[in-house]
Amino acid sequence: MSGKYQKVAYYPGCALEGTGHAYNRSTKELGKALGLDIVELKNWNCCGAMEVKNVDPKLQTYLSARNLSIAEKMGFDTVMAPCNGCYHNLKKAEYDLANDPSSREVTDRLSRKAGHETYEAGKVETIHALDWIKQAIGEEGLKARVKNSLNGLKVANYYGCMYTRPRHIFPEKDKGPGSESTSKPHFMDDLLAAAGAENVEYPLKTACCGGAHTLSDSDTSTKLVLNLLTTAEACGADVIATECPTCHTGLEMHQVRAEKVFGRKTSVKILYFTQLLGMALGLSARKVGVHENFSESSAFLRAKGLG
Amino acid sequence: MIDAPAKPLDDIAARLEAIIASSDSALVASAPSLADELLALGEVILEHWLSARGVAPTTRVVEGFRLLALHRQGARGDASFNACRETCRELVYHRNLVRLDPAHVDTARRLRLGAMVAKHLLLFIGGKLEVAEIGEFCCSARPLRQHETNTQSAEIA
Repeated sequence: MSGKYQKVAYYPGCALEGTGHAYNRSTKELGKALGLDIVELKNWNCCGAMEVKNVDPKLQTYLSARNLSIAEKMGFDTVMAPCNGCYHNLKKAEYDLANDPSSREVTDRLSRKAGHETYEAGKVETIHALDWIKQAIGEEGLKARVKNSLNGLKVANYYGCMYTRPRHIFPEKDKGPGSESTSKPHFMDDLLAAAGAENVEYPLKTACCGGAHTLSDSDTSTKLVLNLLTTAEACGADVIATECPTCHTGLEMHQVRAEKVFGRKTSVKILYFTQLLGMALGLSARKVGVHENFSESSAFLRAKGLG
Repeated sequence: MIDAPAKPLDDIAARLEAIIASSDSALVASAPSLADELLALGEVILEHWLSARGVAPTTRVVEGFRLLALHRQGARGDASFNACRETCRELVYHRNLVRLDPAHVDTARRLRLGAMVAKHLLLFIGGKLEVAEIGEFCCSARPLRQHETNTQSAEIA
C-alpha cells in the first residue's frame, strides 16, 4: 500500500450531498473497508461547477482555489474528489494558477477580500477517487481483499467527458505504462477486473451524454444516453459502471425517459464503481447505497450473488 | 460558396440504423466496403457542422484520415467539439479493425459497433446544430481567457 494516499483530504462537492449521495456513501464505506482515511474539507464551497465557469472562468478558478487552500491549511498535500466535475475544476484551477498571471491576480484579490490565504499552485495535488484506490491499494492489493468476486459480471466502464478533457489540465496522464490515458482511460477497468469483473470493450467510454443540456434540450440528451445504453448492451454488458454523479444520474434518468418518450426499454444496470468494489469486498448492497440509486438493480445483484 | 454535404443527416441516420439491424451474414459479406462507408458517413456528419458554420470542410488528412482532420478543423476555436474527439477516433479504430482482418470472427459485431459509434457522432452533431453549446460540459470548452471574462472578473473583484 502506498503511504502517500493512505490519508487524504476529501472534497465531496455538492452533488455527492444530493443526487449522488450513494456515491458519497459508497466512497466512504469503500475507503473504510480498505483501511484508507479520508478527512472532509472544513467549510468547503462549490467548485464553480458549470454555471460559474461558463459565466466567469476566473471566478471559478478562485472558488476551486479556496478549496485547495483549505486542504493546505488542514495540513494535506492531496485532495481527493470523486465527482468528475469537481475533479476537473480543481485541476483546471491548478493549471490556471500555474500558467495564467491574470487568474493568479484575480484569485489573490478575491482571497484577500474573503480574508484567507491565497492558494499557490503546486501545494496540493488533486486526485480522483479512481487514482486514490488505484495508487493506494492497487490491483494486487484489491485482489487480496476480495471476498465476493464480481466474477460473471460483464461491465462497460463509462468515464464521461470531464475526467480526461481538456488534456492539458491533466499533466500526469498519458505518461505511458501505469498512468491513465486520456484517449482510452482504463483505471476503472483495471480496478473492476481486479475484483473479478469482466470488462467489455466499450467504444463510448468518454462520449458525450449531452449532460449540460439535460433540461434545455432533453430529447437530445435522452437520445445520446439511449445510444450509450444500447451500445453497452450490444457490447454484452450487464452493468455500466460510473465514476461521476452527474453521468450516473443522467444515465439513470434518461434510461427512464427513453422508455417513456421513445418507447425504448434498456435493461443494463447503472452502478457506481465504488458500489461494485464495495460489494466485492463483502459489503452489503445497502451499505454501499444501492437502494439510494434511482434505478433498481437489487434483484439483479442478488441473482448474481452480490449485496 | 460552400457545397452542401453529400447526404442529409436524416438519410445518414436511416442508413446507420439499417446497418445496425443487418444480419451478421450481410455485414460480413461486404465488410470492407461497409467499414469504409461508415468512415465516409462520419466525414459527411462533420461536414454538416462545418458547412453550417460557413467553413469549407478540409480535404486534408490527419494521421492518414480525413475524419480526424475534419474534427481538428471543427475544434479550432470551439473546444466543446473535443467532446467528440474519441468518438471520431473510435470510428477510425473500428474501420481499421475490419479492414485489417475482414474474415475475423468478430467482424459483424465490429461493424455494428462502428455504426453505433457513428450514430453517436451524428446525435452529437445533430444536437449541436440545435444547441451549439452541447459538449461544453467537458468544458473546458469555453476559452479560458476570453476578453469579457477579464472584464467580469475585474468588476467582481
